[in-house]
Amino acid sequence: MATIHVDGKSYEVDGDKNLLDVCLGLGLDLPYFCWHPALGSVGACRQCAVKQFRDEDDAEGQIVMACMTPAADGTRIAIEDEEAVDFRASVIEWLMVNHPHDCPICDEGGECHLQDMTVMTGHVYRRYRFNKRTYRNQYLGPFINHEMNRCIQCYRCVRFYRDYAGGRDLDVFGAHDHVYFGRHEDGVLQNEFSGNLVEVCPTGVFTDKTLKQHYTRKWDLQTAPSICTHCGLGCNTIPGERYGGLRRIRNRYHREINGYFLCDRGRYGYEFVNDERRIRRPLLRREEGSDLETVSAEEATGRLGEWLAGGGVVGIGSPRASLEANFALRALVGPERFHAGFTAAEAELVETTLTILQQRPAPPASLQDVREADAVLVLGEDVTNTAPMLALALRQAVRNEPMSIPEQLDIPGWHDAAVRDAVQDEKGALFVASASATKLDDIARDTYRAAPDDLARLAFAVAHLLDGAAPAVSGLDDETAALAETMADALRRAERPMIVCGTSSGSQALLQAAANVARALDAQTLDQEEQPAGLCLVFPEANSVGLGLMGGATLAEAQTALEEGGAQTLIILENDLFRRAEAAFVEDLLAAAERVVVLDHLENGTTASADLVLPAATFAEGDGTLVNNEGRAQRFYQIFVPEDGDIQESWRWLRDGMIAAGQETAWGWNALDDVNEALASALPAFEPVLAVAPPAGFRIAGQKIPRQPHRYSGRTAMRAQHSVHEPKPPDDPDTPLSFSMEGFKGRPPGTLAGRYWAPGWNSVQALNRFQEEIAGPLRGGDGGQRLIAPAGDASGDYFEEIPEAFAARTGELLAVPLYHIFGSEALSVLTPGVAELAPDPYAALGMAAAATLEVQEGDEVALNIGGVTFSLPVRITPSLPAGVAGIPCGLPEMPYAALPAWIAPAGDEKGAEEAS
Amino acid sequence: MEKPLTQNMRPGEEPLNLKAYEEAGGYEAVRRALHDLTPGEVTEMVKQSNLRGRGGAGFPTGMKWSFVPMGEDAPRPKYIIANADEMEPGTFKDRLLLEGDPHQMVESMIVSGYALQAEVGYIFLRWAYRTAARRLRRAIEEAYDAGYLGQDVLGSGFNFDLYLHTGAGRYMCGEETGLLNSLEGQRAIPRAKPPYPQTSGLWGKPTIVNNVETLYCVPHIINNGPEWFRDLSHTDDGGTKIYGVSGKVNNPGAWELPMGTTLREIIEEHAGGMRDGLTFRGALPGGASTDFLVTEHLDVRLDFSAVQEAGSRLGTGTVIVLDDQTCPVGMVGNLERFFAQESCGWCTPCREGLPWTARILQALEDGRGQHRDLEILEMHTRFLGPGRTFCALAPGAMEPLQSALKYFRDDFERHIEEGGCPYHNGGH
Repeated sequence: MATIHVDGKSYEVDGDKNLLDVCLGLGLDLPYFCWHPALGSVGACRQCAVKQFRDEDDAEGQIVMACMTPAADGTRIAIEDEEAVDFRASVIEWLMVNHPHDCPICDEGGECHLQDMTVMTGHVYRRYRFNKRTYRNQYLGPFINHEMNRCIQCYRCVRFYRDYAGGRDLDVFGAHDHVYFGRHEDGVLQNEFSGNLVEVCPTGVFTDKTLKQHYTRKWDLQTAPSICTHCGLGCNTIPGERYGGLRRIRNRYHREINGYFLCDRGRYGYEFVNDERRIRRPLLRREEGSDLETVSAEEATGRLGEWLAGGGVVGIGSPRASLEANFALRALVGPERFHAGFTAAEAELVETTLTILQQRPAPPASLQDVREADAVLVLGEDVTNTAPMLALALRQAVRNEPMSIPEQLDIPGWHDAAVRDAVQDEKGALFVASASATKLDDIARDTYRAAPDDLARLAFAVAHLLDGAAPAVSGLDDETAALAETMADALRRAERPMIVCGTSSGSQALLQAAANVARALDAQTLDQEEQPAGLCLVFPEANSVGLGLMGGATLAEAQTALEEGGAQTLIILENDLFRRAEAAFVEDLLAAAERVVVLDHLENGTTASADLVLPAATFAEGDGTLVNNEGRAQRFYQIFVPEDGDIQESWRWLRDGMIAAGQETAWGWNALDDVNEALASALPAFEPVLAVAPPAGFRIAGQKIPRQPHRYSGRTAMRAQHSVHEPKPPDDPDTPLSFSMEGFKGRPPGTLAGRYWAPGWNSVQALNRFQEEIAGPLRGGDGGQRLIAPAGDASGDYFEEIPEAFAARTGELLAVPLYHIFGSEALSVLTPGVAELAPDPYAALGMAAAATLEVQEGDEVALNIGGVTFSLPVRITPSLPAGVAGIPCGLPEMPYAALPAWIAPAGDEKGAEEAS
Repeated sequence: MEKPLTQNMRPGEEPLNLKAYEEAGGYEAVRRALHDLTPGEVTEMVKQSNLRGRGGAGFPTGMKWSFVPMGEDAPRPKYIIANADEMEPGTFKDRLLLEGDPHQMVESMIVSGYALQAEVGYIFLRWAYRTAARRLRRAIEEAYDAGYLGQDVLGSGFNFDLYLHTGAGRYMCGEETGLLNSLEGQRAIPRAKPPYPQTSGLWGKPTIVNNVETLYCVPHIINNGPEWFRDLSHTDDGGTKIYGVSGKVNNPGAWELPMGTTLREIIEEHAGGMRDGLTFRGALPGGASTDFLVTEHLDVRLDFSAVQEAGSRLGTGTVIVLDDQTCPVGMVGNLERFFAQESCGWCTPCREGLPWTARILQALEDGRGQHRDLEILEMHTRFLGPGRTFCALAPGAMEPLQSALKYFRDDFERHIEEGGCPYHNGGH
């Protein structure tokens, strides 16, 4: 700790930080632009100037930039010094020379850091009397609007995009007072994290194009803390609503998970909530063969009650539905008749993954753990496409090992420009072992391309090298053996090694091999004080872990239950089975039930086959709990109450049905807390869920926390054209939040904060005031409760079953699944911008396979996958190993295929055997 | 009078080739340093010589070198860079040296590189110096062929590669850290100091960047000793200095003279005095980014400390003369337009402030001046000062402006009051 003196007052601060950081952390108002807590200091904007004094006797002092000056013990500065105050106002005056003053029509207005800083410095009158410069704007794709005239050249956009996120197609061009930030030509920004530009930009150069299409000022948005539902990482978000439509998603800070950023799928995948295909009212098929018709909620509930009372009910849950929804279904049908909605292969993968995590001596690695890792082995997981924010975390991890270089030069870590000059292209150890090229290859020390079994063999070999007690792999070629040595060396030397794997390659062996590597690393450090190795395992969906922990039978077993158990009613919860299993199987399954009840958000193949469809709330219209890949249960809060229709949380529909059927279980379920209490008592593993969020009765100073900001100025005008009488705000029995601007006006605990605002800080930068220290945990703690506790002493044993080396077959290819950030996930792809960026279906073939099949890029090839013939255009993918092909997963136009699988050109009868 | 730096030069003729250069005593310093002296001894001699950087800042060269990590544990490779990106308005001394005696550049780089135990040298040359580029390329080639460059130079075990790199024409590349970024293929924006290039420079490695004229002094210090070098000077700063004069004098040009020659001697004797009918009014002593000296300063000795005492900087030592029939507002406006154009755009005060001053000065010339303009110009001279901006470009740009406002304030006021440039029909 260091003592610094600011305007005559003394403060205890962290001396390893810079003055700007500590001043902001102390709650002092000091304006800035180019500094960003995640990007560090570069000293470009000169906005954070303060006067520094040598000692008590120095009356003159000198102007320094707070962001470039260490908060060393004894430092004396004055923020309020007259010259410093004047200089800071001058910086704004200079920035305003060319700024268009178009705040009233600028999307950033009202949450603009430049506005805030301008007011803070007191610059008011324009003295510059010459013309402003004019730029041409660019088309940057469906997500981001570009308005360069507003630019104040803080350089944060390119520093985020290039230095932090590894993007290449946004840069700074030109010089002097004609610097330009954009692409070399118009076009879609290629980086998966481009959406963060809208938050990184301190003014309205980069703004949210999806928001623009249904624009609302920040102060007119109703918001609440939420969790992203588009992958298994559980990033924290702030969705905003007005007039019953979701308008945008913004980042919600969680130090352990997403920090300051989101991926573009998470930020822009929300518009399915507003989609025309939404199911807003119950639909009933009155008799077989007739169409679904809209019915009242009462009729729907009554019908459901009748069917439930008849008994013989089977339920299929969903890894994208909340714990509460899944538990309600489980309670309704009984544990024996509850099916998790996984195929057998998926269920086995999730179970293996959970078992591995539960046997670890440390909790599953968080993204923060990954960001802090100093050597990483990625096994088979294309994280950019399956868990995008993990890719961003890995880009930070490779910076850790070379930080020894600036340390030796006494360059502080926050001094980003000097650090990067010193480090240059040095990178820490990152190894990517995967079936084909990934977008992390550019930062990888080495890559390895092979079929899943061979990836597993490599990892088993690494584990054996690290600990002789781990099983050895026989028959590795020299090159692979040497690579295993390199990997083992780097991991052994690391202080915080990290293994990344996941379920997406569909390989049990790979997960087991990853577990062995982590265990072998632990064996190295067993007698030392060091931390166990990090193991970060990726799950496919937002609640895969929650559902995995809850348990439940597989889809195939659901069919057996229907066929053998005389079941009559099948209830499918938020799960389009046609995305999960072959169409023929799903059709058989649906046909086996006398009646099918489906709860979901949008029309899909499954709802089309249902006899009763119930409109289920999305994350925006309901509350619930999701469990992410680190076993962290997190609460998402309802954003708004839809005015149109009967949408409600799935658990409420199921409860209503149970009550209608006379089932006592549900009678006490009036609110979310009741469901969670039932969940915790039925399944003690979920007890921590009770602590995930304060109960609905929680109040601050006797008040609820408003979802509407205190400047929700449109409130009285919103419905004035219909009636001058304001309707009563909807009740919220489930949470301590209100659908109102009335309530607690202060700063709520971080996890309950649905927006960041502080006096004078209207932009996202107000987040500084919600953290214990800058870039530290939120005040009141970061959100969530871990459901996977460390096993204490390492339990379990090494996995011993090493697969045979992959043998390419003649006339067949092993098709492995390929994923796309835009396209592979069920809900985000229903959003127009995401759909626009999703690829068309294709078959990825290596050069040799293409030559054998005598096809070229773009040619149609007919392939037999699992007995179904697919006709797909060829995409030549030279990185695929011999004998391996790639088939994209989850694309809208692409029927389901069980992968990995051996495939053959259609007509060749050899195909159709599922690979194990 | 000894003129070590220019002794081999023959105006109007091609420079000495390797053989002729060797015959004139060339590459002796390389032999001496590599065979007889340790790297530390070379650095010590440079320190003793009181050689101060000729690029403008006047930092003691030997001291700069002594910050470079030496010995077995030093990071590798290390670099020595000749800053030949001469773009300071009014300055052409390095061009003279490079065109006139390119082998001296090569020899200087080898000796200096040896002192630092650098493996690689770069000559960062202004793109427009095409003749210099051609001559340097030939000299480097000859030196490689003769074994002065490459592996195991003259059997000493010292390895040294030398490359010529031509810039793309930005003033910022003359700033040493901007030069480093440019050499790395990055935008020519300055780097924060600390860390200094001596420890974290080119590609993050220890690097020395010296001006061409500075480096040209080194072989002579090795050949003749530091004491001899100190004695070349009239003052405490060692050596000779290439002084230049531009402006309306009878004989503009550049001359190698003892360090500390007076402004009067340079203008009246070497530059042949003012042209007929013109009177000396002031001068920028060291390029465009130095404060005006005026008549009362004519007897100031042009070395680093005396010029500083007189309220300006020696800078590059190439004088730009202002006469009584040239508009000082127009002259400064021209310079500010240059500096505004050459701002890299990295920091706010320089990027936005310099164009504002240039536009105001143009408005004054065009008769659109306002009384408040002088207040705004003065605000800029304070707020674009050292420490306010990221690098020294804008502070340098403010030096002619602030001193013009001090010495020629009447001229500024007349522009406003008379609604235009009072010199317009006069001397320019």
